Parts: sequence; C-alpha cells; structure tokens
Amino acid sequence: MTSRYALRAIALGYLGLLVAGPVAMMLWATFSGGVASVWEAIARPAFLHALWLTLLIAAIVVPLNTLFGILCALVVVRHDVRGKRLLSALLDLPLGVSPVVVGLALVIVYGRRGAFGGWLAEHGVRVIFALPGMVLATLFVCIPFVAREVIPVLREIGTEQEQAARTLGASDWQIFRLITLPAIRAGVGFGVVLTAARALGEYGAVAIVSGRLTGRTETLTIHVEERFLAFDMTGAYAASLVLAALALTIFFAMHARRPAPRGGR
Amino acid sequence: MSATAVSVGAAPAAPVPRPRAGGRRSWAAPLAAGAVTAWLSAIVLIPLAAVVVRSTADGWASFWAAVTTPQTLAALSLSLGASLAVVAINAVVGTIIAWVLVRDDFPGQSVANALIDLPFALPTIVAGLTLLALYGVRGPLGVNVAYTRVAVGLALLFVTLPFVVRAVQPVLAELDREMEQAASALGASGATTFRLIVLPNLVPAILSGMGLGFARAIGEFGSVVLISGNIPFETEVAAVRIASQVENDNVTAAAAIAVVLLAISLALLLAMGMVERWSRQHDQ
Repeated sequence: MTSRYALRAIALGYLGLLVAGPVAMMLWATFSGGVASVWEAIARPAFLHALWLTLLIAAIVVPLNTLFGILCALVVVRHDVRGKRLLSALLDLPLGVSPVVVGLALVIVYGRRGAFGGWLAEHGVRVIFALPGMVLATLFVCIPFVAREVIPVLREIGTEQEQAARTLGASDWQIFRLITLPAIRAGVGFGVVLTAARALGEYGAVAIVSGRLTGRTETLTIHVEERFLAFDMTGAYAASLVLAALALTIFFAMHARRPAPRGGR
Repeated sequence: MSATAVSVGAAPAAPVPRPRAGGRRSWAAPLAAGAVTAWLSAIVLIPLAAVVVRSTADGWASFWAAVTTPQTLAALSLSLGASLAVVAINAVVGTIIAWVLVRDDFPGQSVANALIDLPFALPTIVAGLTLLALYGVRGPLGVNVAYTRVAVGLALLFVTLPFVVRAVQPVLAELDREMEQAASALGASGATTFRLIVLPNLVPAILSGMGLGFARAIGEFGSVVLISGNIPFETEVAAVRIASQVENDNVTAAAAIAVVLLAISLALLLAMGMVERWSRQHDQ
C-alpha cells in the first residue's frame, strides 16, 4: 500500500514540477503587470499581423494535410502498389527530422541560390522569406498526423463492407462517402486536431524560412521570440498566452476526440 | 481539386486481394498512388535529398571539416548526451506515470491524464518560456537554471513527456491480470510480480516510446532556444548550431550537420521498425 502512495507521489510530483507548475507560473507572470498591459500588448499591429498570419497558414495547411493524409492512408492500406513500405516510411520520416533541418532543406531548394529557387525568382515567385515557404515548412512537419491516425482504423475495419457495397453496384465515390468516411471519421478528426495544434505552434521550421521580418513574415511563435529578445516580457507572455489559449482549445478538443486506445499503436 | 476528390472516393476501388474477373480496373487507383507519391516527394523527399546533396557540394573533405569543428562536435555531443539522459529518465518516470494513470485510482486522475498531452499541444517556444517563468531569473523558487545544461535537460524532458506514457498506457490497460494474480497468490511481492510478469510485456512499448522521444530530443530547437542561452561549447545544441550556420549563410556546413542528425534519426527509425516486428512475432 505504501508503495502505491509513493508511486502516486512520484508521478504527480513530476507532473507538477515539469508541467503544471511552470504553466501556472506563466499565467501568473502574464497578469502580474495588470490586465491593461496585456491588452496593450495584444492590440499592437505587429501582434495582430502575427496572429493573422498564423491563422492564415493554419487555414491553408489543415485542409491540404487532411485531404492528402486520407489519400496517403488509403493508398498505403488499400492499394497493392510497389514501394508501399517506402511510402509508409516517408509518412513517418518527418517525426524524425529536426524542424531546423526542414527549414534548411527548403532554403536549399527554394533559396535564391538554389537551382529551383533561382528559376522561380526569375519568374517573380518568392518562396523563402515569404508565405509559400512558411506553408511548405508547416506542411512538412504536419505530414504524419492525419495519415498515422487513419491507417490503423482502415486496417481494423477491413474491406468486407466496401466489397459488399461494390457488389451492390455502388460507385467509388459512394463507397467512400457512405462506408469508408464514416468509419474513419474519428481518426480523421483527431488527426485534424493534431495538425492544427502543430500548424499554429510550429516555430523552428517556419523561423528558418521566414527571415523573421516583423509585420511581414512574423508568426505568433516568432513574435513571442522577438518580444522576449527585446526584453518585453509582458509582450512575450501575452503572445504566449494567446498561443496557449489556442493550444488549450485544441487540447480539449483532443481529449474529446481521442479515439479509444488501441493495442497495436 | 475535383480530380483529387474523385480519386479519394475511388481509392478503395482496389482492395488487396482483388479478383480480376468481372471487375473493371479503376483508373483512379493508380492516379491516387501517383498523387500521393508526388505529394510526398515534393514536400518531404526532394527537400531532404537536397540537404544530402548540398552537404557534400564542396567535397567530402569539407563535409568532414564542417562536422568535426570543435564547436560543432560539442553541440552534437551535448544533443546526443542530453537526449540519452532524458530518454532514460522518461523510461522510468514515464512507466511509473502510466502505471499510476492505469492502475491507481484517485480524485483528479483525469486532470493528471490530460496534463500528459499538454506538451504536445503547447507550442515549443511557449514551452521554453513557461519553464523560464518558474525556473528562470525571476522565478519564485529562487532557483535559476537559465543558460545552463540543466535548462536544456528540463526543456527536453518537457517536450518528450508524452511519448513513453502514451506508448505504455494502452498496453498496460489491456494486460491480462490473471498472471499477476497467480504470481501474488504464489507469494511473489509486488516488486517481483512487476519485474517478472508486467515489465516484460511493457518493454516493446517502453522502447518505442523511448525511440520517439529520442528522435524528438536530438533535433529539438524551439523549447531549448530561449532557455539555454545558446552558449557555444556549453549549452548550444545541434539544432541551434545548424540554425546559426544558416543565419551566417554557411548553408553547406549546416547541411553537413543536418546529415549527421538525419543519419541518427534514420538509424533509429529502422531499429524501431525492427523492434516492432520482433514484438509482433513475439506476440503470436
């Protein structure tokens, strides 16, 4: 019995010191200068532009990643294509790549001295230090989230119902809409939540390709860093608070949507 | 857009064991496979291949020189050492937390369970700032770890918290308790039962959580960058070193260090695949 309480104390103490304590302290530190100074910090044009840019990137990345995530999962599970294992390895790869390396890779391909970037620059398209690069960086880091949630569900449900529907003359689109999609809906939902959380909060990859131009390519996470380096702690904390509020909304959605634990994850 | 939507719908058209007779081969299946391959190539494969190509653009000698400068070696060994230490702590504490969340029962348990996902939801730059609020100069505890290696470890522990817990939790929940009951009926202590009966079943999950945590920690940037101070030879991690090389327009050197990180991650992912296959065979 004592060992049970000891384990409980270790687990809760660790969570308190590592997660709950720091988060509570940050909330307290944000408002220690008064609500007015927080309001002032988030009414600033640089902040508002950063918020707008962050939401814009998420609005582009989440639908694209969801669409291709579902498509990737269907190809990996349902199709008998050569190189399928390579495809599924590619889907997991971003989990093992540092965000900084993602940014570096895009700079090499699309930078003004990169082969492709030079050609694009001649045609007036700017990728690095501009929105397209930031979208590409965010897409890269989000690639696994939807597909990895959908793949195990597709494996589990099998193809019996889909084949039955085909026998009865249903079209491909009808089968997807009426049978496959309802079955994978929970997995897709959770994947969307994970994608949105990462897209809003991505820092490293986006920071490298954005050039951190205040009022132009500064997202919320970069704004937090910029305020911190300018010794404006209230500004940094206020922007963090908005990011944390967005994250927490997503976080509760995550708990509402988390699929029942599966054994083989 | 509409072409893609059609191919999404058509994707289940070719289930693996598909009888040829009577079935019209859907044109959408190869189209879907092609679209996915093109997508993953454009976003992931080509950029990463470009890093590898660029790293040796000035020849192998300069690749080697870039990777073995004292400052880079210091950053790489700090990342490697800190990640190993953090993953070892995760293995122990993560298993304890998973155990407490599955087997224990106390008020506030669901709050504790929710806290585990917070590091996944919280942006990394906010995570660093958050730790700084409690353990930095102006923290209320009187401890100041800012700009030390302890801060690097703390940031890595924060961002890797969920991996082992979330890997072990479902396995522990599904574990058949009959063997444990038998062991304790035969007089085994709680610790012995755990070591001989429970732990062997958890090892694959713990290893997979450790692997994911290590892959995350070795390249971590956002949570470390504010709290560590990025002091060369002291608290500069590999990812920060790469970022500063990019900012100094030293892209080839940055690519060389990136290739080292990629190689470590790739080896790890391969090893994890092997562990997974081994444990799946073990199950049957």
